[in-house]
Amino acid sequence: MIDVFDIMGPIMVGPSSSHTAGAVRIGRMARTLLGEPPVTAALHLHGSFAETGVGHGTDKALIAGLLGMAPDDLDIPASFEIAAKEGLKFSFDEVDLRDAHPNSVKMEVTGASGHRLKMQASSTGGGRIMVDKLDGVWVSFSGDFHTLIVQNMDNQGNLTDVTNALALARVNVANMSLHRSSKGGNVMMIIETDDPVPDPIVELIEKQPGILQIIHYKKED
Amino acid sequence: MNLDSMQEILAAARREGKPFWEIILETDMANRGVSRGNSMERMARTWHTMKEASEVYTGDRRSLSGLVGGQGKRMREYAASGNPIGGEFTAQVIAEALSMGESNACMRRIVAAPTAGACGVMPAVLIPMYWRENLSEEKMLEAMFTASGIGAVIAYRACISGAAGGCQAEIGSASAMAAGALVHLRGGSGEQICHAVAMALKNLLGLACDPVAGLVEVPCVKRNVIGAVNAIAAADMAMAGIESFIPADEVIDAMGEVGRRLPVELRETALGGLAATPTGRAVKEQMASGKKKQRLLTIKDARWKLEKPEKTDTSAT
Repeated sequence: MIDVFDIMGPIMVGPSSSHTAGAVRIGRMARTLLGEPPVTAALHLHGSFAETGVGHGTDKALIAGLLGMAPDDLDIPASFEIAAKEGLKFSFDEVDLRDAHPNSVKMEVTGASGHRLKMQASSTGGGRIMVDKLDGVWVSFSGDFHTLIVQNMDNQGNLTDVTNALALARVNVANMSLHRSSKGGNVMMIIETDDPVPDPIVELIEKQPGILQIIHYKKED
Repeated sequence: MNLDSMQEILAAARREGKPFWEIILETDMANRGVSRGNSMERMARTWHTMKEASEVYTGDRRSLSGLVGGQGKRMREYAASGNPIGGEFTAQVIAEALSMGESNACMRRIVAAPTAGACGVMPAVLIPMYWRENLSEEKMLEAMFTASGIGAVIAYRACISGAAGGCQAEIGSASAMAAGALVHLRGGSGEQICHAVAMALKNLLGLACDPVAGLVEVPCVKRNVIGAVNAIAAADMAMAGIESFIPADEVIDAMGEVGRRLPVELRETALGGLAATPTGRAVKEQMASGKKKQRLLTIKDARWKLEKPEKTDTSAT
């Protein structure tokens, strides 16, 4: 079902919904998933992002997103200067990610606490995005839903613990997927929900044995 | 309801005794689970953003490549002081289309409608009409709902991105949306809206997407002008009682088919048309020489788009 405000919209800073607005959203997603303002960021542009990125302001847009700006922020063109002021050091280069979407970027970001995040994401059109890889694990989520990202050991029973906790809060799951790096390795659960998961439930899941990390991404209007 | 066909929207409007735009509003309310007030308020914000983007335009900015800037200002001055061939109103429409397209290229805030590259078409017809005819804000929002419903049907049945269907899918769709909005502003019927949509889209069928150096600048900014002027022509024909021989839904389907058959060089890859002219190539080389390393993998990217059209279907420039 097409959202009429995806047709009459988005409200955004130009010139391109895929190369600019989507790039801002990718940067912003990385900041959210990191859970704190980043202090260093190494960005690797692939395909059309590398090819026409500068002309479309893709580089400025990605940094703007990492600084927490939204796609309609008029400061996007000045993001490099703002990053210098806010102490975000960044670098860009080009990379060939083989079969990735033409509008893709891979990045490694670090927060002030030393926390690190590796993310590969693509801008799929109209300002919509897809997170394709997270900390070395292939995933697939768009940020169109409230999203729980649960990292756990590859143990039996973890999935039940998580779904039990969600049932407790009567949160309806829209989409759910499981990804792992290798058998017995790290597992990533991606749970997209219609309503945001209440904070106590997020805490409850975090305290279950075998759960390494949980991130709750709250959808933006 | 799903916004799957113009015919269905028209039938629902007739069945429920409601205007065309109200069916779209109610669909948005149901789809997003929001109140009438919420949906109206969001559309008002969208309309205000369009108007503000026009008001803050000065013509002093230049795009990142330097190809675009100042044309809207020049046209505004010509509209006010010259003796435009098409009359003052048409000149204002042209000036608005250029100003908005330019603002987009210069990283200013715009409303993608349906895409950023085609963001000049809707405001180019709405803003001059709003001022000239002293229209109420309510009426403008109704016209915006009308247009967004039209765009949703086109996105569902065909496509709205240059990568998927060429410029006809971007400027053509925007033109069809604007034509329907204009008919509503003049009090036309749902049937007349459909005829205006069909005629506007038919006139731009086959238009290639051939951006120089892959940027949303040349010829995109000026193509917003043909989208806007064509919308006026189509709306005037519909108001005169002229009908499209081919029904709107069939025209939309044809646009989708033409888009699929367009060679990949003419679908936003910057490999054909104006992008491949000697002047177009020179701009690309100039842009590239400012970079450390030039990638030469555009053919691969093009093939990717060709092989996975379903994923680029809603993508937009």
